[in-house]
Formats: sequence, structure tokens, C-alpha cells
Amino acid sequence: MTEPLLSVRGLTVEFPTRRGVLTAVNNVSFDIMPGEVLGVVGESGAGKSMTGSAIIGLIERPGRIAAGEIRLQGERIDGISPSAMRTVRGRRIGMIFQDPLTSLNPLYRISDQIVETIRTHLPISLAEARRRAIGLLDDVGIPDAERRIDDYPHQFSGGMRQRVVIALALCAEPDLVIADEPTTALDVSVQAQIIDVMKRICADRGAAIMLITHDMGVIAETANRVAVLYAGRVVEIGPVRDVIKDARHPYSVGLMGAIPKLGGDAERLTQIPGSMPRLSAIPQGCAFNPRCERVFDRCRVERPEPIAVAPQREVACWLYDEPRSDGRAHA
Amino acid sequence: MLALIIRRLAQSVLVMLFVALIAFVMFRYVGDPIASMVGVETRIAEQEIMRDRLGLNDPVFMQFLRFIGNAVQGQFGISYRLQQPVSELIMSRLPATIELAFASATIALIGGVALGVFTALRQGSFATGAIMAASLVGVSLPTFLIGIALIYIFAVELGWLPSFGRGQVVELGWWRTGLLTESGLRSIILPAITLSLFQLTLIMRLVRAEMLEVMRTEYIRFARARGLSDKAINFGHALRNTLVPVITITGLQLGSVIAFAIVTETVFQWPGVGSLFITSVQVVDVPVMAAYLMFIAFVFVVINLIVDILYFAVDPRLRVDGGAAGK
Ligand SMILES: Nc1ncnc2c1ncn2[C@@H]1O[C@H](COP(=O)(O)OP(=O)(O)OP(=O)(O)O)[C@@H](O)[C@H]1O
Ligand code: SF4
Ligand SMILES: [Mg+2]
Repeated sequence: MTEPLLSVRGLTVEFPTRRGVLTAVNNVSFDIMPGEVLGVVGESGAGKSMTGSAIIGLIERPGRIAAGEIRLQGERIDGISPSAMRTVRGRRIGMIFQDPLTSLNPLYRISDQIVETIRTHLPISLAEARRRAIGLLDDVGIPDAERRIDDYPHQFSGGMRQRVVIALALCAEPDLVIADEPTTALDVSVQAQIIDVMKRICADRGAAIMLITHDMGVIAETANRVAVLYAGRVVEIGPVRDVIKDARHPYSVGLMGAIPKLGGDAERLTQIPGSMPRLSAIPQGCAFNPRCERVFDRCRVERPEPIAVAPQREVACWLYDEPRSDGRAHA
Repeated sequence: MLALIIRRLAQSVLVMLFVALIAFVMFRYVGDPIASMVGVETRIAEQEIMRDRLGLNDPVFMQFLRFIGNAVQGQFGISYRLQQPVSELIMSRLPATIELAFASATIALIGGVALGVFTALRQGSFATGAIMAASLVGVSLPTFLIGIALIYIFAVELGWLPSFGRGQVVELGWWRTGLLTESGLRSIILPAITLSLFQLTLIMRLVRAEMLEVMRTEYIRFARARGLSDKAINFGHALRNTLVPVITITGLQLGSVIAFAIVTETVFQWPGVGSLFITSVQVVDVPVMAAYLMFIAFVFVVINLIVDILYFAVDPRLRVDGGAAGK
């Protein structure tokens, strides 16, 4: 098996506040293989963006990485010097934010922003950088790129701007792109196009994607594997097909909107009742226990860690802790 | 863009007309122009003749039109006190005021932007705390106190710099400059600093607030995520966006620098328009006062126009969408 491109181990992100320390990301571990698309889903506040920010070293103070390791091609990239981190950002890990309307500097031409980024990372001439920028804009589907490149951001529509953002994230040819809800702010009609463009252009360049989204549909169509986050933890991770067909964690089961296969009675779960606890009020034991239909005593006391349930699959739920890990025992 | 400029020009003309009305009312009704011009011993009949000759018996509207016509040609009558044309008086004093205003605006702008950027980037450091505290003092102390303190320290105690006047001046055509001689340059330092301090602290606080705001935006975060250097982010992306609002305020401040120059010019006995105004007020030399009012209004209007045009130069969003978005 090849070495992972990105390897996150025990990542914990904390926010010290007056009322105590809040843990936004709690002991999160996962790998991303070269060229792979890892989907990351979870409710609002689950810690998806925070995980992405931690990887690229952009957690805003007072937040901080309190524990864990982040390795890119085997090298630690957490806690390295700011100048070393700058050679990672943009060059080895590209980032796409949610809102293309605010991601681009309104006072700079598109050409300036792309050329500046390319020349920060690659030792090439201005003319060459410009040529590349035009090629890239062409690739992401900006019509008449040669002429449009000297326009300002406000002269593009939202969808076109997000294409520009994708071009910017990829212009120094990173190995990994972290896309944090890249289509949430866009018109429904262009969302699929943007995802397609991003997926195609990363595939062409062999770049892996960490795709953060609320939309299981997008993940189903795009990702190879999926990590489900709940209250700052990975509750389930595995190949997309398997997780969709056969979700194990009660939360993922609800998320997939599927008929629970674990329980004997086939009761439809369209939506999980209740809402995710606030960080300041995460219950003892399993964070999901107040909403879980299958909760039992142990869940209220001990916190479950990810347990391997099948090749490449882990679930953080006590239902799977026994040798007879069919989960039926406690149903 | 052209439409916008034309609209602004029209607005400017309206503003000037309004100020002219005030100046006219002052000119015409504060004191009696004839009584101020002639001695008390002149007989009533003679005064009446003068009144007629000067058109003071014409309908008020006609008088106002004439006032404007004259003002457009730069004629504001004769100073009661100095018996010289007001326009000549103002022109002879103008270079001193303009040099002082530009010197202090330059200090305020450079110092204000530099300190604003510094305190925004070094958020929470000791130096920032000290500068912010000092700036509070700068805003709250009256100008004349600062001027007197500077005179006391640098002129009286240390004896480094002159405490009054312009020093030696050189004639460049009608423009008399103090910027070409050593004594002239030394003389402008203290008044320029005094006049600049208030604007400097204002600009500094504005730049700092704007810069902190801009640093929180997504496009700065995205610039960081692309691995750009701190220098490119702070002084390219962030500062440029910060300057958009700073331009307006600074432009308007330049206007008030000229207006505020009254106090500084008085403290430093600087022979500019401001001190001319003060002495004119003391003897109710109404033509000079009216002309000064028009002059200050004109300065503000012109600066406003320039600021609008600068906006276009800096912010591309206004340029393309034209007049509609420029509103
Ligand atoms: N400055 C802060 N101080 C305290 N807590 C914070 C701060 N910033 C974020 N958090 C918390 O960190 C948690 C994780 O936030 P994050 O943005 O990663 O969520 P998310 O999964 O990306 O949600 P969304 O889908 O809404 O983007 C949230 O519960 C949030 O309240
Ligand atoms: S550990 Fe218990 S409460 Fe948590 S998800 Fe599993 S069954 Fe539900
Ligand atoms: Mg988020």
C-alpha cells in the first residue's frame, strides 16, 4: 500500500474561553491517499472547517492545536515555522473557501492575483506565469480567458468567480486541495458544474481533495471515502459506497436518511430528532447519546473511540465494541 | 464616470452659491459698509451718494448677483482696515498657508498611515498600547496648547528651532516660498507638527480600525492560504483596501487643516490667511471675512471633487458600473 499523502493523527483544536476550554476538534485521525477524494460531512459546528484550517495552519486565535500530528508526505506540518508553512500553503496544499464573492480581493485584477500566487511559489517569468494563468482559466471553463484575465472580480458571476478561486487554489500545482463547502454560496444551477470542474482539474493534476460539505449527494458522486464528523469527532469513516449502503454509526444512519439495517424493525429515519450539543455542553460518554435511539448504559459513561469494523472502516460507537459486533445485542 | 463628475460639479456649484449667500449677507448686513469705509465726519448726504455709487440702494437680488459676479472674478472689495483689494491681500498670504497645510498634511498622512499599519499589525504589543494612549492625548489636547508646549520645549528650552514667523522667503513669481531656505525650513517644522497632530492621530486611528477590519476578511484569509508573503499581504492586499476609506477622510482633513490653520498661525505668528482672518475679525473687516469664508468653502469643494475622482482610480468596482454604482 502506498504511503498516505496526508496523515492526521489525534488532532485536537481548542478554544480557551472565559467559561473553560472548548474543544472544537477532538482527537481526529484520518488519512488521505494521493489523488483520492475524501468527503467530510457533518452538521453545522461539527468541526469540519476547523479541521481544514488546522491542516493549513490558519486557525484563528485564540484557537490552537492542542494535540496531535499532521503529516504531509511523512513530514510534520503542524507547528512548523511561519516561513516553512508558507511553502506548504498554496504550493502543496491549496484551499478553496465557501464564498467566492468574498474570497477574491476586489481591488486586484484576476491576472494579478493568479500571477502573484504562481510567482510566489515557482521560479518562472512574468510572461510565463501569465501564460499559465490563462491556460488554467481556460481549464476551469472561463470563456475567452485571454481577455477576461485582466478583469476585476466583480465583473464575474458567482459561479465564474468560484472557477477563478479554483484556478487560484491550483495554480502552484498542490498535491492536496481542501475545499470547504465550495458550492454552498452558489446558485443551485451551477453547483454541479463547479464540483465537476474541481474534480476534473484535480484528477488531471493528480491532486487529492478533502471535500467538506453538508451535501451527501455531492459526496456520493464525488468522493472515494467519507468521514462523518459529530461534535468535533470522527464517528464513522469508510469508502463512500459502503457507508451509504451500510452506515454503522447511528448518526450516519440518520444522516444517510436510510432505513436502519441494524434494528429488527424497519423504521424510517428521515431526520434525526434534536440537535448537536454546543461545545460547552457536550454530554459525558458518547456525544451522540441524547439523540441516539440505541443508547445504552455504557454510552452515558464512557466515550467510544473509533473501532475498526471492516477493512478500511472505523466507527466510534459502543455497539461495535464486542466480539459479536453485529450490534444486535443491545438493540 | 463622466456623468458622476458632472453631477458632482453641479453639486459643488450649489454649495458655493449657498456659501456665497451667507458671505453676501455678512458683507451687506454686518455693520454698515459705508460707515466702515468713510470716517464719521462724512456728511449724510455724501454717504448717500456713495451708497448710490456702490449700488447699495439697488434691489438686494441685484446686489447678490453683482457680488457673485465679482467673486467669480476674484474681487471681494477693499479691506476696510488695510485699504487694499481683498483678493491681493489673500493672494499674498496664501502661499504661507498652503505651504504650512501641505507640510502638515504630509506629516499627518505619512505618520498616520505608518502608525496605523504598525499598531494594527502589532496588535496587543506594548508599543501599540503606548501609541494608542499617546494618540488619545493628541486628540484631546487643544492645538494651541500643543503649539505652546512645542515652542517651550524646542524654541525656549532647547533653542533648536525658531518659535515664530516664516524665516527667510524666496520669491518665485508672485509665490513667496519659505521652503527653499534653511531658516524657512526650520521655521515650518514646529507649526507644521502642531497643525498635523490632530489629523495624524485621526488618520492613524482610522487606518488601524480599517486595517484590522480588512485583516479579518475572507480574501486576506485566502491570500494567506495561497502562501503569499506577509509583506505582500500586509502592504499589498490589506493596505490597498484600507486606503479606500482613508482617502476620503484624509482629503477632507486637508480641507480642515487649512481651516484649522487659524489657531496654529496665530500661535506661531505665521503670516498666512488664517492670521489675516483673525486680525480682520478683531476689527470687523467684513470684506476680508466674507472672502475668507468663500475661500475655505472653495477649498473644501475642490478637495471633495478630487477625492471623488481618486476613488475611481483606486476602486475598480466604481469604474466599470459607472454612475449607477458610484452613487
Ligand atoms: N473563536 C471561537 N471561539 C470559540 N469557539 C469557536 C470559535 N470559532 C469556532 N468555534 C467553534 O468551533 C466549532 C467548529 O466550527 P467549524 O467552523 O469547524 O464548524 P463546521 O463543521 O465547519 O460548521 P459549518 O458547517 O457551519 O461550516 C463550532 O462549534 C464553533 O462554535
Ligand atoms: S455509543 Fe451509544 S449513544 Fe453513541 S452512537 Fe453508539 S449506541 Fe448511540
Ligand atoms: Mg464550516
